[in-house]
Amino acid sequence: MTDNSPILQKLRSGLWDDNPGLVQLLGLCPLLAVTTTFVNGLGLGIATLFVVTCSNILVSATRTWIRSEIRIPMYVLIIASLVTCIELIFKAYVPALDRTLGIFIPLIVTNCAIVARAEIFASRNPIGASMLDGLAMGAGFAALLCAIGAFRELIGRGTIMANLDMFFGGDPQTGLVIVDGGFLLAILPPGAFFSLALAVAGKNYLDQRRKKAPKPGERIHAR
Amino acid sequence: MTAGQDKQIAPKVWASGLILGTLAAICTALVAFTYSVTVARIVANEQAYLEQSLAPLLAGIAYTNNLSESTLVIPPPHALPGNGPAIVYRVYAGDEPVAALFVVTARDGFSGPIKLLIGIDTSMSITSVRILEHQETPGLGDLIESSKSDWLTQLDKTSLQSPSRDSWSIKRDGGVFDQLTGASITPRAVIKAVKATLLYFEKHRDSVFAVIPPPQDAATE
Ligand SMILES: Cc1cc2nc3c(=O)[nH]c(=O)nc-3n(C[C@H](O)[C@H](O)[C@H](O)COP(=O)(O)O)c2cc1C
Repeated sequence: MTDNSPILQKLRSGLWDDNPGLVQLLGLCPLLAVTTTFVNGLGLGIATLFVVTCSNILVSATRTWIRSEIRIPMYVLIIASLVTCIELIFKAYVPALDRTLGIFIPLIVTNCAIVARAEIFASRNPIGASMLDGLAMGAGFAALLCAIGAFRELIGRGTIMANLDMFFGGDPQTGLVIVDGGFLLAILPPGAFFSLALAVAGKNYLDQRRKKAPKPGERIHAR
Repeated sequence: MTAGQDKQIAPKVWASGLILGTLAAICTALVAFTYSVTVARIVANEQAYLEQSLAPLLAGIAYTNNLSESTLVIPPPHALPGNGPAIVYRVYAGDEPVAALFVVTARDGFSGPIKLLIGIDTSMSITSVRILEHQETPGLGDLIESSKSDWLTQLDKTSLQSPSRDSWSIKRDGGVFDQLTGASITPRAVIKAVKATLLYFEKHRDSVFAVIPPPQDAATE
């Protein structure tokens, strides 16, 4: 924690300490809506990761032009173009996934986690750092989407990683079938809220436990 | 506003406009480039998906035409289910019509419209039915999807003669078709839409096939 390189620190911040979904609670609409299966979470996660990284790069590259009165239209222009690009790319290379994610790909435009990174970070920092910030935040959001997707799929359908063929091609895959059918509530909208609540609570629990009882080894090394 | 203020603001506004314009040009170029790289694959994917989703409805039927080129769009108002235009893919063996595939929308689903693909051969019986789009509840209404249960298969090979016209409804409404446990709204909507489509085809068969689609190789000649 103290002697990590800036890159690791940034990754840690995106994946855990300032996770856009778990801590900042941004971008909840897509997070709650598409995470019915692992592969859906992965698909939207990768799309969001791409958009936030490229948007950070573009915003940072044009940051000297940014004037406060037109900055929001600039972000919107950049983000909307990137989302259109990723939608075209999905339609061309992973059409099955594009059909299941449907409207949630275009709706990445409205993911406020992306505008937040543009405003808070990319508009004030050089390109390299902004790219890293986008990668870290995007990875944190994608990881959360995958985790919630996997959890809801396991409880709601009784499978693990079904339909990965939507991403990687090949024959339809049933994934690992644990039980036939599942507890339906998990894949309905309330299940999304329960799952997110569990994830947030779990993170806070882990953080608190670590604060209260630092590992014995840690103290010795810190001196 | 005084003339002095105008003078101060004008350059600022122009600069902002210039910045936004330049950025818009860059972004448009980016999208245009991506489009030009992907468009061929997207069109190919869409055609492949169409053929792939239509093929199961034509199992056992010999046909020669390209389905995406024999499309007929019936503008509203029409007697088919749905308020929007209905799409018909006409299927021919040579010049002889052998079947028609209807894309129609049942508007009385449990949570929104249900888009159906209904195959009817020229002897007026259903070849098969597929659900294209719906928002019914997972685990209840979505069992109409053929990947989730075999509820839909009971419609295969049916016609307005078997079962008879009056029994074209779910059992709960006095008909012959099974409903789904705890969900009869969705099945009711589907059966009603299929029946309406059969009635339409019975009445308008000749006009559906009236315009012979251009032969496949017309463009290349
Ligand atoms: C949360 C919820 C979702 C439902 N989803 C559907 C559905 O998708 N399709 C459907 O036909 N009925 C659905 N129902 C049930 C209908 O409200 C209605 O009770 C049922 O269709 C009547 O079926 P029955 O006549 O066989 O009892 C749902 C009910 C609830 C509470």
